[in-house]
Amino acid sequence: MIEIINVCKSFDGHKVLDNLNLNIQTGATTVIIGRSGCGKSVLLKHIIGLLKPDSGHVLIDGKDITRMDEKELNDVRMKFGMLFQGAALFDSLTILENVGFAMLEHTSASMAEVEKRSRECLALVGLKDIENKKPAELSGGMRKRVGLARAILVRPQIMLYDEPTTGVDPIMGDSINDLIIKLHTKLNVTSIAVTHDMTSAYKIADRIAMLYNGKIISDGKPEEIENSKDPIVQQFVTGAGTGPITEGIDFEHLI
Amino acid sequence: MLKDLAVILGKRFIEFVRYAGGTSILLGETLFWIPVPPLRKRHILEQMSKIGVDSLPIVSLISLFTGMVLALQSAYQMQKLSAEMYIASLVALSMTRELGPVLTALIVAGRIGASITAEVGTMKVTEQIDALETLATNPVKYLVVPRFLALVIMIPLLTLYADAIGGLGGYLIGVYKLNISHSMYMKMSWEALTYKDIYTGLIKSTFFAVIICIIACFEGMKAEGGAEGVGKATTSSVVTSFILIIASDCFFTALFYFLT
Repeated sequence: MIEIINVCKSFDGHKVLDNLNLNIQTGATTVIIGRSGCGKSVLLKHIIGLLKPDSGHVLIDGKDITRMDEKELNDVRMKFGMLFQGAALFDSLTILENVGFAMLEHTSASMAEVEKRSRECLALVGLKDIENKKPAELSGGMRKRVGLARAILVRPQIMLYDEPTTGVDPIMGDSINDLIIKLHTKLNVTSIAVTHDMTSAYKIADRIAMLYNGKIISDGKPEEIENSKDPIVQQFVTGAGTGPITEGIDFEHLI
Repeated sequence: MLKDLAVILGKRFIEFVRYAGGTSILLGETLFWIPVPPLRKRHILEQMSKIGVDSLPIVSLISLFTGMVLALQSAYQMQKLSAEMYIASLVALSMTRELGPVLTALIVAGRIGASITAEVGTMKVTEQIDALETLATNPVKYLVVPRFLALVIMIPLLTLYADAIGGLGGYLIGVYKLNISHSMYMKMSWEALTYKDIYTGLIKSTFFAVIICIIACFEGMKAEGGAEGVGKATTSSVVTSFILIIASDCFFTALFYFLT
């Protein structure tokens, strides 16, 4: 179980997370929704220890990762797999070296073993015969799938997805959603995704939590969120241009 | 008015302290991670090739012309005193003590420092550095240490090479233009040089290597804001490295002068 307790985080005096509390159940797929720039990725980076909160705690299986030293944190990180928004593949390495990175860095496995496992992971995300290519030679959708293959190489217990369908066409987006569901079932992992794509959220989520003004303002099953009476949640899930959320969308004076 | 000035100066001072602190911490972390295995020999060799072998043409060209210009400019004065034979000593000493280390460092800072900042900065803004951390890999160990070792090994070697090529430039002018005999030119060059001249140049170049690596990596790692941010970081990296190389050269020259 992942527990986020009273987490606060500010950047240059701007409060992004404000006493945020959220519990994520083991084995479930939780989707965190919210507007662009509301702090979803910041929250995700707190869960894997890439950012430290100004105050508050992040507990992974009861252990507070905010107080861990680098070695302890790295041990915890080996439980995680993370898919970044732009896939974050290493430009200078081939696809095989990208996917097999964790094995090459942290195990004494032979190159043949790394190749075998990397090919398995690539096959799992529907890719083959691209092992010797560089990331720049791949399309956005393929890069995301390679990013997924890299994330599942170490057989993670927790998968984090940062905007998994952003930047790809709707068909590729849907196939990535299918892939997330397939990996969730096949690998039996706890999945956390952040997105503002409601189609994706409804499709993959067991639970949806909405982040607004640095706090989780609503947390429930997809149908509960869809039918929420909260006007802020309603405006967001329906994508309405008018409603209580006005920040950044008041263009009336320009017309 | 005075208050505004104080605020600006205060902000600048805080920025300076942050910068100095950040680079010092990065240097400390780099030195900490050097002895921690694995050594990543392949990465270090790749970087050594990029820094050393690939810089040979430009270092050759600049050193050769500098040696030639130095010989010609000094000939202008020395001919008045009929002391052309001292041109050999002047070129040899100037190249080994000063111009070899400084010019090589400036070339590498412009060529390699900029490339390191652009590469690390792009990795930062595209979240590749975050990805390294999620894969339980320390970015300083993975990115900075191989570049640090490669620079610290290759810049002194390039400096020795630049000293020799600069000497060759002076020789070509001295022997073929100013009609100093080959044996006289060689004798005057070697007699003027002491081991101290060579090793003080190498000590300087090692410090320049540390400056180039730490500034380039630090600027890259704090880059933000996409392509524009990487561009700014690259400019800042080259400018800061140039200033620090020249300033530390002044410091070391004074130090070696007063120590002897």
